[in-house]
Amino acid sequence: MNDQRPVVIIIFIFLISAVLLTKLFMIQVVDDSFMKKAERNAIQRVVDHPYRGLVYDRNGKLLVYNNPIFDLMVVPKEFEVGDTTRFLELFGITKEHLIESYNAAKKYSSVKPSPLIKQISTTEFAKIQDFLIDYPGLFIMTRSVRSYPNPIASHALGYIGEINARQLELDTLNYYSQGDYVGLSGMERFYEKELRGAKGVKYKMVNVRGVDKGPFKNGEYDTASVAGINLTSTLDTELQLYGEMLMKGKTGSVVAIEPKTGEILAMISAPFYDPNRLTGAEFSKNYSQLNSDNNKPLFNRPVMATYPPGSIFKIVQSLIGLQEGIITPNTTFACNKSLVACHNHPSPVNLFGAIRNSCNPYYHQAFRQIINREVSSNTYKDTEIGLNAWREKVLKFGLGSTLGVDMSGERGGDIPSSKLYDKFYGEGRWKYSTIYSLSIGQGEMLVTPLQMANLAAIFANKGYYYTPHLLKAVDGNPNAIPDKYRERHNVGVDAHHFDMIQDAMAEALYGTANRAIIQDIVIAGKTGTAQNPHGEDHSVFVAFAPKDDPKIAIAVYVENAGWGGRAAASTASLMIEKYIRGEITRPALQEYVLAGNFAD
Amino acid sequence: MRDSEIQINRVDWVTVLIYFALVAIGWFNIYAAVYDSQVDKSIFDFSINSGKQLVWIGTAILMIIVIMAADYRLFENLSIILYLIFIGILILTPFLGKEVNGQVLSIGVGSFRIQPGEFAKFATALALAKVMERPNFDLAKSKNQLIALGVLLLPVALILLQPDTGTAMVYFSMLIMFYREGFPQRYYVLGLGFIALTLLALGIENNLYLAIGISAVMLVLILMGKKTWQRIVVFSLLGLGLIAYSYSLDFVVSKLPKHQQNRIMVLFNPDLDPLGVGWNVTQSKIAIGSGGLTGKGYLQGTQTKFDFVPEQHTDFIFCTLGEEFGWLGSLIVISLFASLLFRLVKMAERQKNRFSRIYGYCVVSILLFHFMINIAMTIGLFPVVGIPLPFFSYGGSSLWSFTLLLFIFIKLDASRAQQLGRLS
Repeated sequence: MNDQRPVVIIIFIFLISAVLLTKLFMIQVVDDSFMKKAERNAIQRVVDHPYRGLVYDRNGKLLVYNNPIFDLMVVPKEFEVGDTTRFLELFGITKEHLIESYNAAKKYSSVKPSPLIKQISTTEFAKIQDFLIDYPGLFIMTRSVRSYPNPIASHALGYIGEINARQLELDTLNYYSQGDYVGLSGMERFYEKELRGAKGVKYKMVNVRGVDKGPFKNGEYDTASVAGINLTSTLDTELQLYGEMLMKGKTGSVVAIEPKTGEILAMISAPFYDPNRLTGAEFSKNYSQLNSDNNKPLFNRPVMATYPPGSIFKIVQSLIGLQEGIITPNTTFACNKSLVACHNHPSPVNLFGAIRNSCNPYYHQAFRQIINREVSSNTYKDTEIGLNAWREKVLKFGLGSTLGVDMSGERGGDIPSSKLYDKFYGEGRWKYSTIYSLSIGQGEMLVTPLQMANLAAIFANKGYYYTPHLLKAVDGNPNAIPDKYRERHNVGVDAHHFDMIQDAMAEALYGTANRAIIQDIVIAGKTGTAQNPHGEDHSVFVAFAPKDDPKIAIAVYVENAGWGGRAAASTASLMIEKYIRGEITRPALQEYVLAGNFAD
Repeated sequence: MRDSEIQINRVDWVTVLIYFALVAIGWFNIYAAVYDSQVDKSIFDFSINSGKQLVWIGTAILMIIVIMAADYRLFENLSIILYLIFIGILILTPFLGKEVNGQVLSIGVGSFRIQPGEFAKFATALALAKVMERPNFDLAKSKNQLIALGVLLLPVALILLQPDTGTAMVYFSMLIMFYREGFPQRYYVLGLGFIALTLLALGIENNLYLAIGISAVMLVLILMGKKTWQRIVVFSLLGLGLIAYSYSLDFVVSKLPKHQQNRIMVLFNPDLDPLGVGWNVTQSKIAIGSGGLTGKGYLQGTQTKFDFVPEQHTDFIFCTLGEEFGWLGSLIVISLFASLLFRLVKMAERQKNRFSRIYGYCVVSILLFHFMINIAMTIGLFPVVGIPLPFFSYGGSSLWSFTLLLFIFIKLDASRAQQLGRLS
């Protein structure tokens, strides 16, 4: 009987081994959840934040750099606060802050780090550094905030801030994670990809108590962060600084462009703010303060504000008329004030006189000829065809749609087409008498200060422009800027038509903008007044100089400052002198602008 | 000297080879368990466990030489005396030993400590072999059953006083040897049924289902046999008794010491409190489970190295193997153990001397039990009981006692030719 019992024992041993191996197979090979659990146990993923790229001005002066700042991170599962009072004292936070941040961290993850105190300054960090060891589950993560040696060009440069939920959702490549900083406006936003660099990841091993046990697999899977690319801006620090000084306390825009390249030399949106305010721990507080300011300092006027172009648009009308052969320099019209109001000047006038005197009736009559070419015997139809054909030519001047400047939030303004009037008055129910205001840059027409500066550049270049832009070089290489900023746009008007226009613009200063005249720098300019239904008109001036070899094209808007010949022309003139001569020889004019009292 | 030459030729080298293979793999794993890449100490460094284990291995080899050189009759002749000596030591242990965690397991001087509970195993095995050696010692007879059980239960009772449940449980593995020697089969059937019932009662939330099941089984038993009143009453009472037992289990468990209660609860619900009671098993499973098919590579494990698994160099040494060598590593080690056990059964069966055969089966029983329970507990198939993996786990007591146990049998086997003459 006992003979079969050894066999039973053998089978028993075999069964036990089989059961153990089966169960081992289940947990080791079939079920891979243990592998993930093990990684969660012992491998910590630490993100290495790259240094954001620096931004220099066109002369190599630093505009934006990085300042180290420290975040106190908490791993809720490991965190032990101990004596709460002592903790609050050491770290200088309120009990509410602690509870709120801790709960938020816990809600996110009990084992992954979340920020407990954000953006501790270097001095505060030095104070708490030694106490960190007393608190398990706390560690310091270093990152950097943007800093500005000169508090200028806040709108053009933009600011960075914590990524929001919507941006995270749009980030299909999953590059960003909660709490990351991204460019939210200006160049920071437009060149986010270049400036941000590439995040690195370090995998480190930790033991059961969370103590760092060195890199995982000797760092085989680690990637080093790659610092962001340094950018060179087209801005000129000196000019920008000077412009901001002139615009201090005023509302408006100054845009200066190098005509030959489209490089933006200065871009001022007033009122402005110190860009250092939108960095670091004070960001939220300052942002809401700026955001609720009635003067709208966050509003980027050069690209976001739109005004009717006013008299300055007469130059565009002149050029279209010349190119179309509808007028010649010798064409004259009477200053017929029954058509549209004008001021007193000799009449009739030829084109030169029309520009010099900014004659409204001249353009009323010239524009009628541009629009009504008797293509159709129906005057309504004829106006519609004429308007749309004219609009196409105007659009070539970079008006009516965004230029494509390298900053966020640019508006395109508006050049009306027949559709707009059809909507207002009904199809076939409007004609030239309805739209004649367009002839002198009024009516349903809106442009941005940037587009106006670009017009000045077109006048300076005799018929072409490069899309205005803020980027001069990528990592020192000027050829690395986007192709679209190196593409020449022709406006469709022959260069020779500009000769007389330029002369007239230079001549126009005498009488309309005497303050703008500079000895030995010939400025060609045109004053304008943007009508403001809400109060005092806006003072506008566009110009370029020197007339024979233009180095700078400029548009100045000073809101509620009345006639263009005073505030805007004076500011533009000072900017031109500052840029070309490097110094100001007319302290009285500077005083006049700084005083800001432009009434008669 | 011709005598010993003959004996060396008769030594079962396969068993010896498997023994050294297991000891070597164990030693490498002990180093892996304590290895710290930041400190980078050599495997021979005596300040770490692998260095110390090397000393234990060295002394174990000396022990083997002494056993092989000794006269085989010595073990049989000394068996009862050795047994009595260890009973004495076990009685004295609570008074002489050092208390750790409420248990007094070891005695000795300074850092040299041994656990009498471990060594009493081989003495008990020798004593059982001696007592049951007589040809007319029939285990079917209840008198003989009582004698055998008495020899077995005396050390068990003393070890339970220490208290060391794990080691005490090991002695019950001798029931495998009893089975081979003719202990009635019905007891095993009943015993296994009872264990199954216990596990079911603990594992099933609602004991009502179990009560229905028991009633159904009893009904079938009554209907299948002769329907006498006597049988109906006996089976009904038995059924009621079992139902009462299953209901009373929860109460009994609640009366157990807290740490034993926890171990039982965790077995049935490993996710119960994974950071507390379930920590050991949860972490042990994570370590082994994360090894995959081929493992993370020697010294590349993270779970065992960074102390996620407690007791990793002793009772949970299998975790290191599972993590670093994966399922293939597990397969190799389990195959080695299974081969050793098969070999030992074969060797026991070829003994012509009942003493040697009984002792051989004792070795099989003890090794099988350790192997089975230790690995089962690391993968959550059995509650956590503190018993080492033979030849693998760190520790002198453990390695010495298993070496002693195994090589006495190898010596007896090598001498079986001489014994033959004596028996006939």
